[in-house]
Amino acid sequence: MLCDECKEQPATVHLIQVFNGHKTESHLCEGCASQKSGLILDQGSKLSIPNLLGGMFGSIYNVQDMPSLTRSIKCPNCGMSFIDIKQAGKLGCSECYKVYEQELEASLRRIHGNSQHLGKIPVRGGEKVRIKKQIEDLKDRLQEAVLQEEYEQAAQIRDTLKEMERKLS
Amino acid sequence: MSINDVLSSSYVKWMDSPEGNRDIVISSRVRLARNLSQIPFPHLLNQVNGEQCLELIKNAWHNTPGPVLASMDMVTFDQLSALERQILAEKHLSSPGHAESSSSLKGILVNNDGSLAVMINEEDHLRMQCLLPGLQLKECYSRVQELDDEFEQNLDYAFDENRGYLTACPTNVGTGMRASVMIHLPAIHISGQLNHILHNIDQLGLAVRGLYGEGSEPAGNFFQISNQITLGQTEEDICNYLQTVTEQVVQQEILLREKLQRDMKYQLEDKIGRAYGILSNARVIASDEALTLFSDVRLGVDMQILKGISLFSLNELMVAVRPAHLQKLEGREMDVVERDIKRAAVIKEKLTVV
Repeated sequence: MLCDECKEQPATVHLIQVFNGHKTESHLCEGCASQKSGLILDQGSKLSIPNLLGGMFGSIYNVQDMPSLTRSIKCPNCGMSFIDIKQAGKLGCSECYKVYEQELEASLRRIHGNSQHLGKIPVRGGEKVRIKKQIEDLKDRLQEAVLQEEYEQAAQIRDTLKEMERKLS
Repeated sequence: MSINDVLSSSYVKWMDSPEGNRDIVISSRVRLARNLSQIPFPHLLNQVNGEQCLELIKNAWHNTPGPVLASMDMVTFDQLSALERQILAEKHLSSPGHAESSSSLKGILVNNDGSLAVMINEEDHLRMQCLLPGLQLKECYSRVQELDDEFEQNLDYAFDENRGYLTACPTNVGTGMRASVMIHLPAIHISGQLNHILHNIDQLGLAVRGLYGEGSEPAGNFFQISNQITLGQTEEDICNYLQTVTEQVVQQEILLREKLQRDMKYQLEDKIGRAYGILSNARVIASDEALTLFSDVRLGVDMQILKGISLFSLNELMVAVRPAHLQKLEGREMDVVERDIKRAAVIKEKLTVV
């Protein structure tokens, strides 16, 4: 089989990528594979642990799909950019999980086959999670009430909302 | 028992002879990774926010009224020598990488029998573990969970409703839980089935590593099997799955041991007898050779070919002959040759049949 890209060299690399549930298969020669996907071939020095771990955050193949790379944003809490995270193979702080939520979605699915936590919820942190969820619900209901011009009900919801927000702080 | 007692004795809880599958599964461990909200993960900590982080952990340890935290002693690594830190790693209370550092921002909490330990600022702010003898994953989880609950009363954990407990490396996010068993598989090895079994375990989504976890080479037929997936499963499911796979591997090992006994009785007894002979008569012995021979002797004890040696003394020996423990016993630093001589002496003394 010849390489899908150059159609000259024999295809020695069979690349299967699953992105957002969509599977693409390509058969490439070593040269094209390293150019196209950033795959590391014959470069022992690049096979360091951080590099391998960094690979978990998606290949360079999908750069255009990752808004944080093109927008060059940084985590406001710890200052890590997504490139820093890829290089370190680690996130910088708890806030990185929110900032890079979209990029991580695919990586988490790749690592765990899943991206939704089902296990233990901390009592204290969990309380906050529950209140936050209620606040989100109330905000939706408030908007709806305003649209329906049910101002009395909206005022009630607003009061409950304030109460919940006070609880959260 | 204070941290000094843990350092000066070669005993830790997991060495005790447990109930159940005691001869094949040596110990079980459940480890939870936890981080504090907003504070940068350990690899990004500087002196200022590092001290802030340590202060929060120290306060939680001091001020939480729970019995579990009250039973634990805390020390930072600037207060321990390199040798003492290595002793913690050899006992499986700290990881080799963590114990290398002498930073005042890193440290450990440990309880009186070494069954509970918390690594501070390893890859995550807190990595708490319960390590017990034999196959006791549920008990490990329930005990480490109590510790987690106590800590949480005074600490703001990094938690997200979708992603669960947030960790420095995305391979741990979710439950933050790594459950593992240390298992001894000599008959599987002798029968040439090792690669086949290891491959199957891998296919089942579990990881197989050497005695000292990530990056360590398997030696002496001792392996660590652990879960790889931490997100999208409950803690109970993870424990149950590992328990089921472990029981199947144990079953396989038992069948092959019986087969060896039937088909290769003399060769087996010869191998075990020779191993015991070398261990009890050697004057100079390297670490790897000792571990390989321990495996044979352990098989002999399990199969009642060798009598009068306790599994406890074999467990203790596995740790007592490690470099840092030998040097602690001798009371000074020793080079490789001196350690090999000391190791042979320690084995000779502890392996005498009573």
